[in-house]
Amino acid sequence: MDFSSLDPVAMMVLLIGAATPILLAAIGELVVEKAGVLNLGVEGMMIIGAVTGFIAATTTGSPMLGLLAAALGGAAVSMLFAFLTQYLLSSQVATGLALTLFGLGLAALMGTSYNGIKPPRMARLEVEGVSDIPVVGELFFSHDPVIYFSLFLVFAVWYFLNRTRSGLVLRACGENHDAAHSLGYNVQLIRFGAIMFGGACAGLGGAYVSLVRVPQWTEGMTAGVGWIALAIVVFAAWKPWRVILGAYMFGGITILQLSLQALGVSISGAYLSMTPYIVTIVVLVIMSADRKRASLNAPACLGTSFHASH
Amino acid sequence: MLRLEQRPTPSKSMLYLTPVMAVLATMVVGGMLFAALGINPIEAIYLLFIDPFVDSYNLSQLFVKASPLILIALGLSIGFRAGVWNIGAEGQFIIGAIAGGGVGLALWGSEGWWILPLMAVAAALGGALWAMIPAVLKIKFNANEILVSLMLVYVAENLLAQMVQGLLRDPSGFNFPESRNLGRNDATSLPDVIPALGIDGGGLVSLILLAAAFFLLQKHALGFQIKLTGESPRAARFAGVNPSIIIAICLGISGAAAGLAGLFELSGAAGKLTIDFPVGYGFTAIIVAFLGRLNPVGILLAGVVLAGTYIGGENAQFILKLPAAAVTVFQGMMLFFLLGFEILINYRIKSVRRAV
Repeated sequence: MDFSSLDPVAMMVLLIGAATPILLAAIGELVVEKAGVLNLGVEGMMIIGAVTGFIAATTTGSPMLGLLAAALGGAAVSMLFAFLTQYLLSSQVATGLALTLFGLGLAALMGTSYNGIKPPRMARLEVEGVSDIPVVGELFFSHDPVIYFSLFLVFAVWYFLNRTRSGLVLRACGENHDAAHSLGYNVQLIRFGAIMFGGACAGLGGAYVSLVRVPQWTEGMTAGVGWIALAIVVFAAWKPWRVILGAYMFGGITILQLSLQALGVSISGAYLSMTPYIVTIVVLVIMSADRKRASLNAPACLGTSFHASH
Repeated sequence: MLRLEQRPTPSKSMLYLTPVMAVLATMVVGGMLFAALGINPIEAIYLLFIDPFVDSYNLSQLFVKASPLILIALGLSIGFRAGVWNIGAEGQFIIGAIAGGGVGLALWGSEGWWILPLMAVAAALGGALWAMIPAVLKIKFNANEILVSLMLVYVAENLLAQMVQGLLRDPSGFNFPESRNLGRNDATSLPDVIPALGIDGGGLVSLILLAAAFFLLQKHALGFQIKLTGESPRAARFAGVNPSIIIAICLGISGAAAGLAGLFELSGAAGKLTIDFPVGYGFTAIIVAFLGRLNPVGILLAGVVLAGTYIGGENAQFILKLPAAAVTVFQGMMLFFLLGFEILINYRIKSVRRAV
């Protein structure tokens, strides 16, 4: 076996690409969970984003409009979840599952006539001169705009949650919704907004898969990335910066197993394809094992419905 | 203005009415969806909801689809009652088929009545053991069983892909990635029981287990403990119920049921293991469980309705050129409506006049 064909810089670039959909979906879900809502529909919102982004990009010819449509599409389906859980007080777990099942079906229905089409290519943001520098240029200045945007988004979420008053209010809804309500905040409306933000982020992540990563439309193409994003939020202990760490680690595992398959190692491809899912389980176990710390990190009202009786 | 007002006690009639309302609402909104797709909505609704129950050929397929849904949903409902969320039934279904099918293939060429029961035991054990992974990780390490069981679906799918390429591949099958046909082999195929309704040996066992689940939940102390754990975990602990044991039992039962369903599918409708063997019953069964109100009788009815949409959906694909995915949208929509209407159980809608 010839390991010298593995170029570490090229692999790093691939890793970032593989991590970005997870990063986008996970940072959105983090905000949703910080507001006290557990939305298990990430996979469904992602696949809706993947198909709406793909349709918009191929019909308009503009990848940017595709991304915009994906964010809107993700936010639109998330409103179903938001309305049901916030105003009709349905179980968040059951409704999230429903959103995933419904989203997978709806996306397949919308995408039936888009199989086998190539989407327009997304241009990279390159700085003349700088992007050509070996290693540094490739690693930092050769990506598409979404990658820079995803990192900016993590910073923006961190700033919003920890340095602004509105962020504090959002976290209050997640930690103690009765207290937030008694201070005069509209818990349901704030959560509704957070859920829509999560939907938009998941939609963007999905479009990144269908427009850049793969790039084409196939049914069920997100293949569990939405669920991995949910696990990444647990791994990150609900801290924005650690979402980057988690997502990039998973990107690394995905790329590593794909490279090993391409190299033709003696381990069968099917076993290598299991690794991202198995690692997710291992990570969940490690992060949850310390019950005290796990419960300190999680928002106290996560997953509970709120209904103001007065 | 409309306002929600909490009922003093949950409404019994709404408990049974809401699933019916959900199905009716799905017909109406689904009809609009068909109209938007340029398909005659009346014809499509007829094909999906009526034709499966009147046409004799369709009837003979009804329990072929309904049995796996009912069996899996039955197992899941027991866990859902206790607040144990096994959503990886699709994975346990695959593992059951691999384990049971593996036994059948290992005994290939032997004859005897005992082969099929042995395969069923292996399938149930395989499914239960696969479900024990999230159970043990939940009990020992507090890991979220929703995510773990779901991740294991992808692991099981890859394992299936490996098995049909390697260990379980048909040695005389020209290297096609599929197993021998267990459905066309007397010792490993299911006997017909009521062919007019599509009930075979597997369907019969599913219906017997349905009665057993009814007994467990209504009459047995364990059933009471499971329900108590779901409704009030604290009260359950004071009553001496060990939550770890409940988690293990719930995941074990649902895994065994899904594994058994996997074998019945393999020995019956599917015949052989291929990479396309899993068709999503494990996920649709979640809808069946909720639509059936987590109650065995309800699950029987819901399983039949959902099986009808599968059969009708296939016919509609053929007759009306309905895209295959439309049925999944329908099923998802049904769950959404159900969850939305559920508010009427505990609340009533009151119109409030604003004070002048």
